[in-house]
Amino acid sequence: MAPVQVRGTVLTVRRVDAFVAMTVVAPAIATRFRPGQFVAIAVGGPTSSMLARRVLSVHDVRPDHGGTVEFVFPPREPGTQWLADCRSRDVLDIVGPLGRPFPVPKDPVSCLLVGVGDGSAPLFALAARLAERGSATDFLLGAESADRVFGALTARRTGRSAAIATADGSLGSRGSVVDLLPTVMQQARTDVIYASAPVPVLRSVCALAARYSLPVQALVSEPVMTCGTGLCAGCVLPVVGTDGVTRMVRACVDGPVFRGDRVRWDDVGTIPFDALGAPGWKPRAAAGPAAPSGSPEGRSHAS
Amino acid sequence: MPADLRIRVGHLDLPSPVLSAAGCAGTGRELAQFTDVARIGAVTTKSVTLEPRAGNPVPRLTETPSGLLSSVGLQGPGLDGFLQRDLPWLLSRGARAFVSVAGHSAREYGELASRLSDAAGVTALEVNLGCPDASAAGRPFALDPAAAGAVVAAARGSARYDIPVFAKLSPEVTDIVSVAQACVAAGADGLSMINTMPGMTIDPVSLRPALAGLAGGLSGPAVRPVAIRCVWQVREALPDVPLIGMGGVRTGRDALEFLLAGASLVAVGTVLFHDPSACSRIQRELEEELVARGVDRVSDIIGRAHEPAGYAAERHSWAL
Repeated sequence: MAPVQVRGTVLTVRRVDAFVAMTVVAPAIATRFRPGQFVAIAVGGPTSSMLARRVLSVHDVRPDHGGTVEFVFPPREPGTQWLADCRSRDVLDIVGPLGRPFPVPKDPVSCLLVGVGDGSAPLFALAARLAERGSATDFLLGAESADRVFGALTARRTGRSAAIATADGSLGSRGSVVDLLPTVMQQARTDVIYASAPVPVLRSVCALAARYSLPVQALVSEPVMTCGTGLCAGCVLPVVGTDGVTRMVRACVDGPVFRGDRVRWDDVGTIPFDALGAPGWKPRAAAGPAAPSGSPEGRSHAS
Repeated sequence: MPADLRIRVGHLDLPSPVLSAAGCAGTGRELAQFTDVARIGAVTTKSVTLEPRAGNPVPRLTETPSGLLSSVGLQGPGLDGFLQRDLPWLLSRGARAFVSVAGHSAREYGELASRLSDAAGVTALEVNLGCPDASAAGRPFALDPAAAGAVVAAARGSARYDIPVFAKLSPEVTDIVSVAQACVAAGADGLSMINTMPGMTIDPVSLRPALAGLAGGLSGPAVRPVAIRCVWQVREALPDVPLIGMGGVRTGRDALEFLLAGASLVAVGTVLFHDPSACSRIQRELEEELVARGVDRVSDIIGRAHEPAGYAAERHSWAL
């Protein structure tokens, strides 16, 4: 459903380890929301000098007060710090729900949900939806340290299993989620992977999953979105279409959830030479015989 | 009594002086989720190029105080894609399309103008002079009156007679009036100003320029005083040429400021990233500003700031 721009009243703001969780009354967004979608929030008030919206994945929606939306963020820069300093009854300008949600399998399957840092926030609404459909969910969460793992307790409580990896070993095993992934995948007999993490982690997850021929639905948080609505074209990444042509697509409109095997992870942050419209790109060549030239790159992360 | 926002520019009749600015409204579809595109003056499209363009690598945008620095690189589907998908969509929604065109040589501008004239439904053309000139080592056309004039002449010469051609000027020149005069002499029906100003920021983490394109164009409320000055100067020199004012328009009062400085139309750009419904809101606020000043028609107020100080006060007792 089409996104809406609303003025939402802040209900609660609370600290959760290194993060801030904020609940806002926004019935129009809550009723339209599907897991994986995000909101774009104006920060700094109506005369703000910060023009970029802050784009945050929706953690959860609840029906109380007509419909509330909850999101989680680390107060890292002035915009999110301003947001963290909001108090209940403050009013925020919110646009949402935006983006393509997680596709959910029709039949019950075994799903592995991989999240790093606050990237795990959108996975819990997804887990609830998967559970409604009878799918089993296993969690694999990670971060640099224990206070940056979001939702470890909820994952343990609601998931069939929950594995945690931290870089400093302060929670779960020492290392990264990628180190645990093969073991967890085999133990859980995973059919589908849902991942929400920084690009390097998503790249490794997709490479591993391709080795086991598992589909991955990856939620990207990079490149940083400026407007969230598709107007600015600032958040593009190279994605291979069904016709084999690589296009620079906007993560906010065509994502943030992508099929893992469609994204050219090694080329994120660049314009691949064979992308549609890249410098030196020739319209005739791309229409016919040049299409296979995209596939070696497409296969490279599978090998 | 509500103020009349209808405005006539050349032979164009528009329901409102508020437009979206080039490159800030997506294909129009993104904007239409938040604004009725048929009720604003017109939608200025992203600059259309002959071939599809992938644009620049990311990061493409970075936030600066009251502005954005951007280097998107004119990503777009090319002329064919625009004519097949984007233009028909805008027309189906009842929007008026100001089509921005960009190229690397006068010949490309001419071809774009000619092929867009063959398509039904182009309301006006806006010649983006901020593109690098292939024959001048990548120096933007807008920096040189002769190069700008040559491009405008090519576009005007190939465009259908009833499609007005606006030339979009850059503020990054010593004398914007000379470029404006060259464009008008070359046949421009109107002028748009301003394009972005070049700027740069350095990322304190990577210790490198924050944008992949190194330098970018600064836009947003930060450049508004520069834009007002440009509109003022060109209006002084060329009082009969219709102007589209743009640069950090955020409220109805900002739009009013541009109209007073001499712009007939006002385009909302970067602020759309902050508030996607800004066009409708600014239109509403502008009407309120006019009513508060006892102005019945928006056309009465264009260029009013150029009149002597006592003159306006004599004729109207302004509330604010």
